[in-house]
Amino acid sequence: MSHETVLHKVRTALGRTAAQSVEALPPARLLVPEMDVEARIRSFCERVEALAGKTHRAHSAQDARDYASRVIAGRTAIASNATILSECGITSLPGVQAGFTDRDELRALCSSAACGITGADYALADTGTLVLLSSLHEARLISLLPPVYIAVVERNRLLTGLDELLTILPRPAEQTSSMVLITGPSRTADIEQILVRGVHGPGEIHVVVV
Amino acid sequence: MSAAFDEKIHETLTDPKLQLAIYKATGRLVEERRKSIEPDVCPDYQELRTHAHAIKRHTIEHLDHYLEEFTRQVEAHGGQVIFSKDAEEASDFVLSLAKERRAHLIVKSKSMTTEEIDLSERLEHHQLESVETDLGEYIIQLAHERPYHIVAPALHKTREQVADLLTERLGVPRETVIEKQTMIARAVLREKFLAADIGISGANFLVADSGTVVIVENEGNARLTTSAPRIHIAVAGIEKLIPRAQDLAVFLKLLGRSATGQRLTVYTSFLSGPKRGDEIDGPDEFYVVLLDNGRTKLLADRGKRQSLYCIRCGACLNHCPVYRKIGGHSFPWVYSGPIGAILIPQFLGVRHEPGLPFASSLCGACAEVCPVKIDIPRILLELRSEVKKAEAREGAGRLERLAFRIWAWVMRHPRIYEMAGMAAASLAPSESAGWVRHAPFNVGPLRAWLSQRDLPPPAAKSFRQLWRER
Repeated sequence: MSHETVLHKVRTALGRTAAQSVEALPPARLLVPEMDVEARIRSFCERVEALAGKTHRAHSAQDARDYASRVIAGRTAIASNATILSECGITSLPGVQAGFTDRDELRALCSSAACGITGADYALADTGTLVLLSSLHEARLISLLPPVYIAVVERNRLLTGLDELLTILPRPAEQTSSMVLITGPSRTADIEQILVRGVHGPGEIHVVVV
Repeated sequence: MSAAFDEKIHETLTDPKLQLAIYKATGRLVEERRKSIEPDVCPDYQELRTHAHAIKRHTIEHLDHYLEEFTRQVEAHGGQVIFSKDAEEASDFVLSLAKERRAHLIVKSKSMTTEEIDLSERLEHHQLESVETDLGEYIIQLAHERPYHIVAPALHKTREQVADLLTERLGVPRETVIEKQTMIARAVLREKFLAADIGISGANFLVADSGTVVIVENEGNARLTTSAPRIHIAVAGIEKLIPRAQDLAVFLKLLGRSATGQRLTVYTSFLSGPKRGDEIDGPDEFYVVLLDNGRTKLLADRGKRQSLYCIRCGACLNHCPVYRKIGGHSFPWVYSGPIGAILIPQFLGVRHEPGLPFASSLCGACAEVCPVKIDIPRILLELRSEVKKAEAREGAGRLERLAFRIWAWVMRHPRIYEMAGMAAASLAPSESAGWVRHAPFNVGPLRAWLSQRDLPPPAAKSFRQLWRER
């Protein structure tokens, strides 16, 4: 349609010609502070809790599994194909269904399950953020449709913050069609500025650090 | 100022409930922002602003280059980029795609750009159901209104008004508890998400080096819009480009803080093309509609093209003493507040609403809080001068120009100035306040101006006299 017309108008407006070179771009501003793993975990948990999320530091796979089991409390749950979940034995908990590779099946279950369980590719200590890259292991809808969300993060996956994430992954598009940063439960304040959690996404979020 | 503008302002000023709603909501947003940029939580806030300005400036100055790079990258990831010169072309693309794919139901996530081109109305005109899914946008869609605020579209609605709307439009029992109202909307919209054929989103940033559409939100409706349906269309203005994904380290920190005082919003999605080979879910088709709709006209103006740096955080609205009194619907287009006052004249022409650039006290709060440092007051001044030039071309404002010419002449002649001062002093009764409203020059255009102003009574002796007698 108007591809060339719009580009031509842009160039005319700027007084530039097609394929004219570009001045040096200001360097990216990425500051990665020194922070040991223990401090990262502390900061991460503090931030998640400040946003009304729950955190649990699991000292073993069994502990992670027990915590997940308490949250699920006999309800239905759908788990992603993240290896950490099967390693902790969460996928074999009663009521938990996992191993989906078909979009329609996954969607049907996500819209009826009470809990969604995923791993996390990274977590950001300074904002309490989970980072999920869509893949064979992680579907998009598990962290989104069920009202309760449980994420299991390995402690060595904790980064200091967004700057470190973008240092490690300068172009997330090379890895996945979808990278999402999740910072706390879904929320809105659209009516009279009153905070309500769980408007479209999960209103309850639990993060287990293993 | 047009009669319509004047009337809308008057309506807002005389509605005490609305005044309170605007005052409370903007006040809360101001406070949240302030807390989130305090030195102990964000020590480099000013450096971030400076850097963001530099990146935006660089991108806008080389926009053609970044548009081409973005297009190549989107295509490399299996998506498609569609350039549209105006609202009609953009909606025609959506309509023809919907027709080809036999789509009936469209879910939309919040986007000022689609509001700008009235996309929902255009789609509904062609028998397509297009549902807004952001809670605030859903409410104003039910009410058939336009957004009241860039980030809080239903800021002006009370829970009682929302209760009436839900009952009237959805036939549900009247519900005034906000949590329950939210859950009613959640249930209705959840069905729509799962049944929708197409999801239409906006974009907060378009990343040139990776062909990525970045969307920030708190509710999860944008994630659902871009993940559940088989087709995702992102509609964005051409100015939304940034060069690198790494630049988001600066912009995401500024956007959440400036808009709602959040360090990061709940969800930030980086979307790069359709679902890939082994990914389980996500759309099969991915389109980015890049909209001109007047932006290239604006780009041609070297002095004012920085208006295109805006990242739509709404901070200038919340901090503006004028917006906080006259609200969002007084403005004649979807953009309101200080940013609206500079965008509307540039998009629609200065004569569309000549009063706009003057609806400002030039206090400078907007420039002070702008995360990308747009010099809004300077642009307002330039637009004022353009309005006056346009009026002069049309032969309007003769009396005003004559008055200012006389004023200038008096000011350049000290003797005349002193005589004029003495004459004014002799006219004024020496004590009572409000004397100017009874003075003989309180007629014609001056009458309106003086109705809201006062002058202290002149002193018995002028400064010059005192100086001479010293």
